[in-house]
Amino acid sequence: MSEAVTPLTARWRHGRKHSVSTVAMPTGAQLWHRYSLVLAPAFIAGLGLVLWYYYNSLGVGTIAQIQVSSALDWETKLKPQLIQHLTIAAWSTLLVILVAVPLGVLLTRGGPRRIAPAVLAVANSGQALPAYGLLIIFLAAMGQGGRTVVVALVVYAILPVLRNTMVGLDGVDRSMLEAGRGMGMTRMQTLLRIELPLAVPVIVAGIRTAMVLNIGMATLAFLIGGGGLGITISSGLKLNQDAVLLVGAITVALVALTFDWFGALAERFLHPRGL
Amino acid sequence: MAGEPKIRLDHVSKIYQGAEGPAVAELTLDIDPGEILVLVGPSGCGKSTTLRLINRMIEPTSGRIYLDGDDVTDVNPDQLRRRIGYVIQQIGLFPHQTIAENVATVPKMLRWDRKRISTRVDELLELVGLDPRVYRDRYPKELSGGQAQRVGVARALGADPSIMLMDEPFGAIDPITRESLQNEFLRLQEELRKTIVFVTHDIDEAIKMGDRIAILGEQSVVHQADTPERILAYPVDDFVRSFIGAGTAMKGLAFERVGDLDLAPFDEGRNGDGKPVGTITADATLFEALEEMLRTADGKTVVVDESGRPAGVVELSHLSDALRTAQDEARRHYDELGAAS
Ligand SMILES: Nc1ncnc2c1ncn2[C@@H]1O[C@H](COP(=O)(O)OP(=O)(O)OP(=O)(O)O)[C@@H](O)[C@H]1O
Ligand SMILES: [Mg+2]
Repeated sequence: MSEAVTPLTARWRHGRKHSVSTVAMPTGAQLWHRYSLVLAPAFIAGLGLVLWYYYNSLGVGTIAQIQVSSALDWETKLKPQLIQHLTIAAWSTLLVILVAVPLGVLLTRGGPRRIAPAVLAVANSGQALPAYGLLIIFLAAMGQGGRTVVVALVVYAILPVLRNTMVGLDGVDRSMLEAGRGMGMTRMQTLLRIELPLAVPVIVAGIRTAMVLNIGMATLAFLIGGGGLGITISSGLKLNQDAVLLVGAITVALVALTFDWFGALAERFLHPRGL
Repeated sequence: MAGEPKIRLDHVSKIYQGAEGPAVAELTLDIDPGEILVLVGPSGCGKSTTLRLINRMIEPTSGRIYLDGDDVTDVNPDQLRRRIGYVIQQIGLFPHQTIAENVATVPKMLRWDRKRISTRVDELLELVGLDPRVYRDRYPKELSGGQAQRVGVARALGADPSIMLMDEPFGAIDPITRESLQNEFLRLQEELRKTIVFVTHDIDEAIKMGDRIAILGEQSVVHQADTPERILAYPVDDFVRSFIGAGTAMKGLAFERVGDLDLAPFDEGRNGDGKPVGTITADATLFEALEEMLRTADGKTVVVDESGRPAGVVELSHLSDALRTAQDEARRHYDELGAAS
């Protein structure tokens, strides 16, 4: 975990550079970083508009397009699928956070630290397995349904949050802990007031990754009866209707992009001031 | 020595896990109230370890530690540390907190009310020479190294601890800033009268800052613990001699002032022979007098009063006499110690 230090120290160095020369020209990467928060929603809105016009041009609801109409009906198909999709992604992401962050904290403390490599290896295998295979394994173990999907997704997406929590915590300069402990902070106080706040940017980045993974993976939920927008995509394939396929795929993409943008916002606003 | 020591280390040893020998072996040391004791020694000799034993950042393997006469070897270390200021070399300001929040760390843990904390923060920032209106709401990255160092000291003074542990607090700063920080800190100490254990590996800093200096060898073995004057006048062994290095005698001259000498009379005929003569005032140190003699390539220098009138003459023999007196005093002191034990 020697790379652990890089992201945070790089950020600090970056910050310090800023304060010294406030008029320095922003580099390409910084410019991109600055505008991506604005460009992304513009792009998302554009894509949404395209989808909207495309959807309306399909003549959903008319007799002529009976197959397309029934596959793409908003009230009975798309809307419930979207809700299922988001529910699965939300639950799995929430559970990933609830499991991985405390686990990451635990695995960077004294004794348990020794088993950290083993735990990381297990978490790694969760992601290394083909997603499809993972779903099947959990199907066999837990049966059909949304609950099975959520559990499988938690296993699948735990690694980025776990690893980033550990990397973020390990990246906190030892001297800060020495100072904190030296002033009489308890271990819990140094964790809550120093380590976690300083690790937040890295942890949030991991959560953002996990969330986007989960939104993508929820597309496979229909395979084991979990519903979601995967149903529309698969009907498009089965019916050989490109329109249905496209609407399903673009909707998933829109959801993923939108939530990725929320993640970017969270990263920006949860970034501790002063760093 | 009168009264009981503020800090007493009684045969304290520390063996780090997996280490072959002890990092600190059987260290016994008394630190008096209100004094600055400087721990100085080569790198790796155990100075930081000794400091961290005092506030129980690390637990002693054996031995006892007393503060104000109370055995604190087994008290709750977190509670203990809130009573002891601790300044580390890397400063360790919390980058995500403002200067005010940093300085308020200990008072906040002690649950002082908001008003009191705020007043205290301003007071402390003033104390270390930072204008609260300017610096309160800044973040550590917006400070220079010297300013950060000051904030580190202010933070350690948070709840007005009577003991300060300072681990190379002025280590990573340029010489000029360091010098001014040292001076300000000494001025501050005049007011505060804290009991300070100060670690450095720079003998000149030790001489400047210390009321007493403990010269440590491997495993924190105390080779000599005494006033800077005595250590310079009378190094007890080769280790101390080589550690304080060249120019020992000259450094010793910095402790005496020209005004305390029995000056030779100023004689217009003998001293006013037209050659450029160096002049100094009575509050100059003997070291400065020597420098003046060397500068003017003259064996003497004239002492003048405030209005610039000659008041007397310092001669080279004054300096050698002063050194000899200091050496005799120190030797007598150690002879008495030797006889007593
Ligand atoms: N946490 C630790 N675990 C094991 N050994 C340690 C630890 N900390 C210090 N040591 C060892 O103990 C000895 C004393 O270290 P210490 O840090 O006290 O030296 P120091 O006098 O402060 O040196 P410096 O002037 O370089 O700061 C060294 O040999 C060091 O390698
Ligand atoms: Mg040290």
